Amino acid sequence: MANRRLTSILKFSLLSSMLAFTGSAFADPVKAAFVYIGPTGDHGWTYAHDQGANMVQDQLGDGVVITRIESVAENSDSERVITSLARKNDIIFTTSFGYMNPTVKVAARYPDVKFEHATGYMRPTDNISTYSARFYEGRHVIGKIAGRMTNSNIIGYIASFPIPEVIRGINAAFLAAKSVNPDIQIKIIWVYTWFDPGKEADAARALIAQGADIIMQHTDSTAPMTVAEDEGVLAFGQASDMTAWGPNAHLTSIIDEWGPYYVARVKAVADGTWTSTDTFDGVEEGMVEFAPFTNMPDEVMWEAQDTILDLDVGAVHPFTGPINRQDGSPWLAEGETPPMFPDIITMDFYVEGIDSKYPN
Amino acid sequence: MNEGLIIAIIIGISIASVPLIFAAIGELLVERSGVLNLGVEGMMIVGALAGFVVEFHTGSSFLAVLAALLAGMAIASIFAFLTQILLTNHVATGLALTLFGLGISAFVGRGYSEENIELISAIHIPLLSDFPIVGPLLFSYNPLVYLAFFMVFLVWWFLFKTKQGLILRAIGDNHDAAHAIGHNVIRYRVLAILFGGAMAGIGGAFLSLVQVPIWGEDMTAGRGWIAIGLVVFSSWQPFKVILGALIFGGITILQLHAQGFDVRISAQYLSMLPYLATIVILVSLRMRDKNKTNRTMPNCLGRIFHSTS
Repeated sequence: MANRRLTSILKFSLLSSMLAFTGSAFADPVKAAFVYIGPTGDHGWTYAHDQGANMVQDQLGDGVVITRIESVAENSDSERVITSLARKNDIIFTTSFGYMNPTVKVAARYPDVKFEHATGYMRPTDNISTYSARFYEGRHVIGKIAGRMTNSNIIGYIASFPIPEVIRGINAAFLAAKSVNPDIQIKIIWVYTWFDPGKEADAARALIAQGADIIMQHTDSTAPMTVAEDEGVLAFGQASDMTAWGPNAHLTSIIDEWGPYYVARVKAVADGTWTSTDTFDGVEEGMVEFAPFTNMPDEVMWEAQDTILDLDVGAVHPFTGPINRQDGSPWLAEGETPPMFPDIITMDFYVEGIDSKYPN
Repeated sequence: MNEGLIIAIIIGISIASVPLIFAAIGELLVERSGVLNLGVEGMMIVGALAGFVVEFHTGSSFLAVLAALLAGMAIASIFAFLTQILLTNHVATGLALTLFGLGISAFVGRGYSEENIELISAIHIPLLSDFPIVGPLLFSYNPLVYLAFFMVFLVWWFLFKTKQGLILRAIGDNHDAAHAIGHNVIRYRVLAILFGGAMAGIGGAFLSLVQVPIWGEDMTAGRGWIAIGLVVFSSWQPFKVILGALIFGGITILQLHAQGFDVRISAQYLSMLPYLATIVILVSLRMRDKNKTNRTMPNCLGRIFHSTS
């Protein structure tokens, strides 16, 4: 909230003025800032970014001063927050897709500051980098597990907003599940929020009532996992290890591992080697990882491990033809994989076999 | 659709409605006394945290609910002190209370988002709960669900069947007149505000203990504001709060289920429906009441009472 934001800005300015007095004998530490969409305690998306920021602090120690601002809404608020950070920082990580326009705007006004925008694709000035992870590789793995583990052949999917990132996840999970279980169906509920535990729980209950016995989520709270535990079905966690919320429900969680990237980027600023780049790392580079595999037979776990190994060496691609679009028109021919741009980056259609109507 | 699904939908609607019923019935009594407390969201979130923390440390659902009730009252007492003793503006103080509640709960609750607890279990009455259809629909809820409906009845009974209720309504309609004939305006209002805080606190705890057993910053997600809207929707009539909450919870749950059945209606539109419904209902109430003189809105709502003697 606004008052917390103010406090952290105040704290930060106090800190930096103290450093100005005492730090003259040393090289100036890099000043890095992180802007978060949710609370760091969501145990999902924001938590994972915050763990990354912690890794930067641990590895660079006195070499870095970190400012973190939580729960910044994706509206004009974010532009104000990013602007105020740009006045006092060397590098700013804006960690949500919706910060794209404000990041681009502020970057144009502060050419000496480096900007890193997560999950975006716009780099109009050479002080912006974009980075994301191939989370659809993670969805590919959990899709296979889901296809094996379901009895009702219905996967319930709690989706946040219809942006390419989320659409890729749905398509990848569905295709992987279908590859091991041709009868699979996927039911999708859009909740239009990243973090509303009550609504996420309601959506999970609705999906379970409609026959889903596996819950996948692309929202940030642990609520769907707790509902799965309560209702006796299985579920996958999101962004961080959610085993604790569903000891009998948890299959695995896709873990976002941002730390090494953040360390490298902050170091690059310190060394003066930072350049504008576009990063889209996956299992192979270690940006997408998995929580322990639980509540599944060994064969299913081995299959999942094999899939991860294949992804690790680049032997499989979650989108390998033949794949048609939902309306039956061809997308990928036999054996074909899609180009990163535009097909994957801007994905805006369901693949054939998904019954739900594509959200407009 | 099979009957199991219909039962699940009805139970889902009840669960989504209960936090709204608690918060709204508390606010209704507050507004009936002539006080407008916009701090419902803040009181709910503090209740949600207090309930979760006490459940986590003691494992006692009873103590957890009690703690939520007391926490709601505690934060409401700040509002009572400011508006009734220091005579500050109700709207500004209420907004401040919401911001304060969200902030302090986020601060105090830091470590607790890592923890999880057991859901408060629903009741099970032998024979009755096992009865087909009627059993799950009527006799298998969490005790707090029954309490919510009972509180609505209690508030109605208090307002319209007791002398104190009559005095409270009189104070809400004309505090100067009530004061002139010797009623203690401030005492009534302070007690009403504390009651409102208690109800909002329990409503919040229902979220973190029954709907989903986790603590998350901002987890009330605007439900306090919806509760305030429901009081207007109910035109300050207790039983209409239930109706409004069920409509609201119903649309929320049905739109989720509709998506699961892939009803061909855009999801954004469905998400908008609860809010559209509120606006439509507000407008239609206004149209209906336009020419009536006996509106139910308390005349002194939000007005500051200066004791002249």
